[in-house]
Amino acid sequence: MVENRSFGDVLAYAILSLAVLIIAFPVWLAFVASTHEAATVMNGNMPLTPGGHLWENYTRVLTSGTTQSSEPVGRMLTNSLISAVGIAVGKIFISILSAYAVVYFRFPFRKTAFWIIFMTLMLPVEVRIYPTYKVVADLKLLDTYTGIILPLIASATGTLLFRQFFMTVPDELLEASKIDGAGPFRFFKDTLLPLSTTTIAALFVIQFIYGWNQYLWPLLITTQDSMQTVVIGIRKMLTSTDTKAEWQLAMATAVLAMLPPVAIVVFMQRLFVRGLVETEK
Amino acid sequence: MDKSVSFHNKLLPYLLLAPQLAITMVFFYWPASQALNQSFLREDAFGLTTQFVGFENYADLLQQPQYYAAMFTTVIFSSLVAALSLSIALLLASQADKNLRAASAYKALLIWPYAVAPAIAGILWIFMFHPSLGTLVRPLRVIGFNWNPLLNGNDALVLVVMAAVWKQISYNFLFFLAGLQSIPKSVIEAAAIDGAGPMRRFWTVIFPLLSPTTFFLLVVNVVYVFFDTFGIIDAVTGGGPAGATTTMVYKVFADGRLGGDLGGSAVQSVFLMIIVIGLTTIQFRYVERRVQY
Repeated sequence: MVENRSFGDVLAYAILSLAVLIIAFPVWLAFVASTHEAATVMNGNMPLTPGGHLWENYTRVLTSGTTQSSEPVGRMLTNSLISAVGIAVGKIFISILSAYAVVYFRFPFRKTAFWIIFMTLMLPVEVRIYPTYKVVADLKLLDTYTGIILPLIASATGTLLFRQFFMTVPDELLEASKIDGAGPFRFFKDTLLPLSTTTIAALFVIQFIYGWNQYLWPLLITTQDSMQTVVIGIRKMLTSTDTKAEWQLAMATAVLAMLPPVAIVVFMQRLFVRGLVETEK
Repeated sequence: MDKSVSFHNKLLPYLLLAPQLAITMVFFYWPASQALNQSFLREDAFGLTTQFVGFENYADLLQQPQYYAAMFTTVIFSSLVAALSLSIALLLASQADKNLRAASAYKALLIWPYAVAPAIAGILWIFMFHPSLGTLVRPLRVIGFNWNPLLNGNDALVLVVMAAVWKQISYNFLFFLAGLQSIPKSVIEAAAIDGAGPMRRFWTVIFPLLSPTTFFLLVVNVVYVFFDTFGIIDAVTGGGPAGATTTMVYKVFADGRLGGDLGGSAVQSVFLMIIVIGLTTIQFRYVERRVQY
């Protein structure tokens, strides 16, 4: 800033580059492992450069799974995709509607409704796992997408985010729409929704990652292998005695499981950062 | 905080709220009240009869040395993860802040671990440090370090901490970088004109101005360690060896499922709810202050 910058700059680049390498190392190693055959990985002396079994390992897991879990990873990825999109879309849908009601209508129990939604921030799924499991079991929703999705879409973050955004929308827009004779549906569809697209996209990015990476909840409520998400599936590949685990296949699955959410963060960085910062306000 | 104009409609607002309220009631309030209820009940060994036992489950839990062990593990685990991930992230953010061009490039290269599922992060780290096949174990042995996270409790905790820190640096980095970039350059230049060197400027000007961000991140990190590290622990150690990595949240899961002690598990849920309510209150008090700022 004020001093001669060259030394400080070199130091900064050195520290940051070192951090980038260290942070990327675990993933590089997983990728390398996914390109070797079992024996090379198991002897504890795996090289740090990729081997020649990439195609073989990836097609094997995608189409026929591993010895421990015969479910193809292609199926698991589909399950993850359905759950993640379901959670993201469901959350956006219910929270934009409730935020619209709370901000643009006056009605008895408005504050109460808001607080009921707000308080869910204090009840993360981990503190109510078994009773929630029982509710889902009683509703006969075990091993269904609905059972994975529904309990995860109700939370205050989406509603708070949309409420905050709606408060910044100028009142004149509503007045103008009313003068034009627009009712609540038309105002929502023609004015509010087009203004909200960036907020919706940012929330989608965050919720997709959240949904894709869910672990405890799908672990509890899926019993059939065909309903497993990829994060659960890869864990199950490694639960049998470690000497038998096919690490090269598990690592290929790990790479496939990381790819979609990481790609979203890298390619939609702007939306991701915005979503992250705004849901925390 | 209310809009000055609004719609008047008797039925519509309730219809709009209905989906969220229904899901909230069925999947949040009902199970939470069941957890509270269950904490006062006890089933016989066959699960045939249940009786009201008052605070007996609470008394039992508070007599379990394992529960205090889990509390202790949680405290150590959260302090280590919060301290390490915050200080590493602050170091990286302050380096990136020196040069805007570097900042945006490095941002992309540093934030992606946020998107990796905790369970997968755990698997990546156990693969590197697995006692029989881990690539980094041989070098450790060469320097005379007999590393085995599957048998040694401290090694296991170190491994879980490393995986949790690895995942959390990206989040802290983003918020620290935003915090640093919002500090007016004129303040720092004024300090420089007064003769303060880079280190002195950092500790007497930048760090105090960053304290709201740091405090916010501290709370977020503690919440992260409490709840989001479940997948890491389950993938790396399964709570072991001998309970060395069993945190409070992991114990709720393990006692209810593997041990079948639903009453005890429910009491632990109630304690956790109290902790979350405390943390959320702190977080929102602070956020309000930041808004008025």
